[in-house]
Amino acid sequence: MSHLLDRLNFLQSNELEQFSNGHGQVTRENRDWEDTYRNRWRHDKVVRSTHGVNCTGSCSWKIYVKSGIVTWETQQTDYPRTRADLPNHEPRGCARGASYSWYLYSANRVKNPLVRGRLMKVWRKMRETLKPIEAWTKLQADPILRASYVETRGKGGFVRATWDEATEITAAANAYTAKTYGPDRVFGFSPIPAMSMVSYAAGSRYLSLMGGVCMSFYDWYCDLPPASPMTWGEQTDVPESADWYNSGYLLLWGSNVPQTRTPDAHFYTEARYKGTKSAVICPDYSEAAKFGDVWLNAKQGTDAALAMAFGHVILREFHLNRQTEYFEEYTRKYSDFPMLVKLENNDGKLVPGRFLRADDLDGKLGEDNNPKWKTVAFDELSGAYVSPNGSVGYRWGEDGEWNLEEKAKTAETRLKMSLVLEEDHDDVVGVDFPYFGGEAFGQFKTDAVHPDVLTRNIPVKKIKTADGEIAVATVFDLFCANYGLDRGLGGGWVTSDYASDMPGTPAWAEKITGVPADKIAHVAREFADNAEKTNGKSMIIIGAAMNHWFHMDMNYRGVINMLVMCGCVGQSGGGWAHYVGQEKLRPQTGWQPLAFALDWNRPPRHMNSTSAWYAHTDQWRYETLKADEILSPTAPEGDWDVSLIDYNIRAERMGWLPSAPQLKTNPLEVAKAAKAAGKDIPAYVAETLKSGDLEMSCEDPDNPANWPRNLFVWRSNLLGSSGKGHEYFLKHLLGTDNGVMGKDLGEEGGQLPKEAVWHQDAPRGKLDLLVTIDFRMSTTCVYSDIVLPTASWYEKDDMNTSDMHPFIHPLQAAVDPAYESKSDWEIFKAIAKKFQEITPGYLGVETDIVALPILHDTPAEIAQDQVKDWKKGECDLIPGKTAPAFVAVERDYTAIYDRFTALGPMLDKLGNGGKGITWNTQDEIDNLSDLNGVQLDGPAAGRPKIETAIDACEVILMLAPETNGNVAVKAWEALEKATGREHAHLAEGEHGQKIRFRDIAAQPRKIISSPTWSGIESEKVSYNAGYTNVHELIPWRTLTGRQQLYQDHLWMRAFGEGFMSYRPPVDLKTITKDVQDEGDTLVLNFITPHQKWGIHSTYTDNLLMLTLNRGGPVVWISEVDAKSAGIVDNDWIEVYNSNGALTARAVVSQRIKEGSTFMYHAQEKIVNTPGSEKTGHRGGIHNSVTRTVLKPTHMIGGYAQQSYGFNYYGTVGANRDEFVVIRKMKNVDWLDKEESWKAPAQEAAE
Amino acid sequence: MNTFLFGIYPYIAITVMVLGSIARYDRDPFTWKSSSSQLLRRKQLVIGSVLFHVGVLIIFVGHLVGLLTPIVIFDALGISHSAKQILAIVAGGIAGIMALTGGVMLFQRRWVDPRIRQTSSVADIAILAILLLQLVLGLGTIPVSIVHADGHEMVKFMTWAQMILTFQPGAAEYVAGAAVVFKLHIFLGLTIFLLFPFTRLVHIVSGIAAPFRYLLRPGYQIVRSRRQTALPESDKSKTTPAE
Repeated sequence: MSHLLDRLNFLQSNELEQFSNGHGQVTRENRDWEDTYRNRWRHDKVVRSTHGVNCTGSCSWKIYVKSGIVTWETQQTDYPRTRADLPNHEPRGCARGASYSWYLYSANRVKNPLVRGRLMKVWRKMRETLKPIEAWTKLQADPILRASYVETRGKGGFVRATWDEATEITAAANAYTAKTYGPDRVFGFSPIPAMSMVSYAAGSRYLSLMGGVCMSFYDWYCDLPPASPMTWGEQTDVPESADWYNSGYLLLWGSNVPQTRTPDAHFYTEARYKGTKSAVICPDYSEAAKFGDVWLNAKQGTDAALAMAFGHVILREFHLNRQTEYFEEYTRKYSDFPMLVKLENNDGKLVPGRFLRADDLDGKLGEDNNPKWKTVAFDELSGAYVSPNGSVGYRWGEDGEWNLEEKAKTAETRLKMSLVLEEDHDDVVGVDFPYFGGEAFGQFKTDAVHPDVLTRNIPVKKIKTADGEIAVATVFDLFCANYGLDRGLGGGWVTSDYASDMPGTPAWAEKITGVPADKIAHVAREFADNAEKTNGKSMIIIGAAMNHWFHMDMNYRGVINMLVMCGCVGQSGGGWAHYVGQEKLRPQTGWQPLAFALDWNRPPRHMNSTSAWYAHTDQWRYETLKADEILSPTAPEGDWDVSLIDYNIRAERMGWLPSAPQLKTNPLEVAKAAKAAGKDIPAYVAETLKSGDLEMSCEDPDNPANWPRNLFVWRSNLLGSSGKGHEYFLKHLLGTDNGVMGKDLGEEGGQLPKEAVWHQDAPRGKLDLLVTIDFRMSTTCVYSDIVLPTASWYEKDDMNTSDMHPFIHPLQAAVDPAYESKSDWEIFKAIAKKFQEITPGYLGVETDIVALPILHDTPAEIAQDQVKDWKKGECDLIPGKTAPAFVAVERDYTAIYDRFTALGPMLDKLGNGGKGITWNTQDEIDNLSDLNGVQLDGPAAGRPKIETAIDACEVILMLAPETNGNVAVKAWEALEKATGREHAHLAEGEHGQKIRFRDIAAQPRKIISSPTWSGIESEKVSYNAGYTNVHELIPWRTLTGRQQLYQDHLWMRAFGEGFMSYRPPVDLKTITKDVQDEGDTLVLNFITPHQKWGIHSTYTDNLLMLTLNRGGPVVWISEVDAKSAGIVDNDWIEVYNSNGALTARAVVSQRIKEGSTFMYHAQEKIVNTPGSEKTGHRGGIHNSVTRTVLKPTHMIGGYAQQSYGFNYYGTVGANRDEFVVIRKMKNVDWLDKEESWKAPAQEAAE
Repeated sequence: MNTFLFGIYPYIAITVMVLGSIARYDRDPFTWKSSSSQLLRRKQLVIGSVLFHVGVLIIFVGHLVGLLTPIVIFDALGISHSAKQILAIVAGGIAGIMALTGGVMLFQRRWVDPRIRQTSSVADIAILAILLLQLVLGLGTIPVSIVHADGHEMVKFMTWAQMILTFQPGAAEYVAGAAVVFKLHIFLGLTIFLLFPFTRLVHIVSGIAAPFRYLLRPGYQIVRSRRQTALPESDKSKTTPAE
């Protein structure tokens, strides 16, 4: 009753119970005070939710609500148990996740719709007399009014708006843009759909209905390893983290598991307890390094050299000196090792050329269907050349032979891997291989000198073809020569001595990487030895680190080669574990119709962001890397000496890469003109493109007709995180203050592009409107024109999957969205509604023309076996074959909202599917009508409703094979047709299984095995990529149908990447005399890994996390480097090059390797960032000192696995080859004095 | 006026102190603390705090013993008034200077350090200022006391204090003739009693009580029982762990 009175208990017996010989005592004091602590943890309810973009952990969390407020969160512990011999999934979660609830009520929560003050003022004034679209038209027509708000981006001055106003401006701008320039000038950027798939789908559905452009992220983030689609025809498929436990040897290569995969790290620990050996490769002494039995601290950027030496040892000891039976059998069946390659004459010298195809041989080996796409090998059984099953030629146009049985059609075969034996070859010839090691500059240089072309002896067979007699060699023989292995054939540049300084040996790699040769040989030997003993249970875990270099493919292919040589891919406990970014959207085929409105019209507009931002932020105008710097010395004759943007233009023209915008003329107008001319649309577009009346937008990105006009950014922090070349974004796309210090090619007098139109004055401020949707005031929000407040991860219903585990998790609204925020689904619904309200009379039912690149996993992927450019007259323009397809799409601009909220009729007609297979899905649509109800009237009458986010979740779950057993069975049956093999047993017993939203809310559910993915969910094995390829004999979706280690496309050969080799970092020349100040001598390689106190773009303004480190941006420097520049720990430093400058505190640490510097990425410039002395503006973000550089080999298309897929293939935004100058700041100016900030902010608000 | 200030005001002050403390302890037990700012800045705190606390404790014990010990006991022990007066001047003077030095350091720290300043309440700053003023006044009595080295003034204060404590009327008259500095010192002292429950001074009680409790604890492992009253021996077997 009273704390004091209760203590006054003198009248009670004072007799105390004692125990433990009087050391323990039982008291009878009042215990009410304990209730304080009990109440502290008391709550009203617990709701299951998880964390969305960009956290890729996908952990299930309990969200606690007390008095209507989210108070804290703890990890869920109710994951379904694993099988008996495997540790359980929980604990899953980390400190970052546990700090999330801070955001909901923090000061930087976006609470109301915000509009840039000057824009709002003009808008309100105009709206007094004008209708919305009229108002926007007038505003855009007045350059002074437009500039008035464009120039204040990033300088504050937001005013509060109503939802009605904010959505009205947005919808008016979209409608005006669609009508004036074309709907493909409305862009939308949002990453990683898997991490909240309905939120992603909300925006992409709206854009796809109106004809806008969905921009990719995975390639832009440089998390997409192009080596994966090159080798496997698959974006990225990886083992779940539980499978680490099944491994016998874990090689961690540039992946910092405990720090960046915290929820999964326990499997690594448990595997170590089990006895799994582990080697860790990373330049810094990372948290993962401590787990390793051995730590190989290779110099940053030289991983490919290390991989080559590993491969050299493995080939020597397990394939040549002794042929391991398992490795031989595996590589013969599952790799392109036995395939034959034509040796082509290049200036009198032989170089590896194209794969030998059935078409090259007399009688085409009896193949009438796609003989140009059927590769050839030598069969030991028949002693003849055969076209083995499984190549891409078997995939399209015929059924039943697209499989990996050891057959050619029905005949049994045993393919020959090597022609090295005397009786097997007709001749031994010298073949040229490029060597790039000599291009190393600066700190990557070594004292070893080798020529840039190495001629090695290769055993060949001579065969007669239509073009006369040619020599062919197996991939395996070429492959071994490429690794510098002496096979007793004589000739130079091969060795059997590890200690010789010959490209490929451990001794050679030691000079480049700094890792001792004996350690290299030791780790390689152990890795392969374990794989031999366990049938492939050696695994390589990789983070993005190695993939962010310009020559990332070399690093990755080096790793993949090791795994294939040792038969690890497709074996549980083995294989390639690349965990970056893409985070598997498990119910992908259920999600796609919803996300891209495939239920209403097809195809959607997809764009590869790297090429788009490179063009539209004018980073190409500053290009310092010339094509001839990366061209192979063995490149065939060709017009190679053009700029990187020229390559991209060619790729878009030939239908390899997508375009956005697509045509210079508004596609709605082009369709009208075609109709007026009475012509078929594709024919009309082809004709006018050829005549030059119509132009592709890519050829003139700086022309106002080709600018992106509206941009939506949601679930993303484009300008605070992923925007490589941040300052170029500010300068050209946004048109505001920026830190670009370099000159463009025009000012420099450099070599101008040949194909891209050069404008003397670069445009500034291409965007009319930037709308950002976020729950917090991120750096991107600060630069936007409109900021819309969205629901946080604990305030919306959505779903989330990951490649790290097989579960599907819900996000749920534990509380209603705080303040005036709404969920992303509701926001885009509101914009769609407004759009539908204001457009009638302005836009009606229109025909749009969508330019569609040649897509992977469609019959069109075998379009171009030769590279021919129609514009140069090398071939005719045939849409969908030698150029993009041009598809007419009907859009009803008066029914955008009605269509948004109902499942359209196209699925009934065309069915559903993905990755090359389709199935009828009428049952599921009927089920959805029953489950969600149907729209009663309007343009979507009778169609299943998708009103709420939960309705949207049910659509995904119902349509996807991963969550609906009925669909899974249908999907496997569809695949059976192509392979001619039985697969439906993989979904056996799942027929009636249907996972609904409420099911996953009750407890995490495992998904069902589906042919969309190459692993299976089973009681016996953990999910592992390539499992069904190996165990079900389903071909990889490549040219050869096998894991393809040789790439024979003309451009791959021209750029020297037919085979993997070591290519040093490229010199981007960003530290020029003009930029570098005298006395600033410290120049370091700039590395931007994942951070410890934040993940990706979402966490670095969280006060709880900031408190754990330095409370703002930091840059790590080695002790030696810091000393040389007079920098001590915690000093304010400035980091700059010609791209821009950033400011941060120095963390001086032994952890860092000399010559490099770390800046954890996505440290917000809105937190604790002083002004830069160099630029005079506030210091930038990590991407202020980077610029995107494109690689032509990523643009290849129309060539089996090297065909475009959204987030699947295409140019990637590399950023690791960058160098920066670092200096101690003399004067730390926070730019918070009146004169420095008050004026612009106040002005902006007016 | 003299009667009110030195005859009635003491009772008001002590009553507020006692009842106020009980009320605070009951209503808001989690505010019963010293509100240390050590986490925010250690520098200067250690030396300042030690000087201040040691000084104040000596002064406190000095006043307690000096004022409240019946004169007969001093007489019985043969301690002369003048000896006691000199002891009070010397010990009190040294302790006072210690406390004042420490207190000024603490005050400077609290006033100047922006983080501590931000986290300080008005009461935190005010009580420290008052304590400093009281120390100055206390030290200010020394010159007066030296004049009365025979200790007769001191005896008057002892009598006053003991009469107040034993509820005897007319205590105020003993102070009536004292020097102004003494009157101010006493008045401010009583005011500190008055303010006691509203400030962090409450930690004095716990600060003194806790160490004793700890030293006198009967066991090392404490099990808090849910039983509010002792059960008869015969019932003890029936108790289940759930209780």
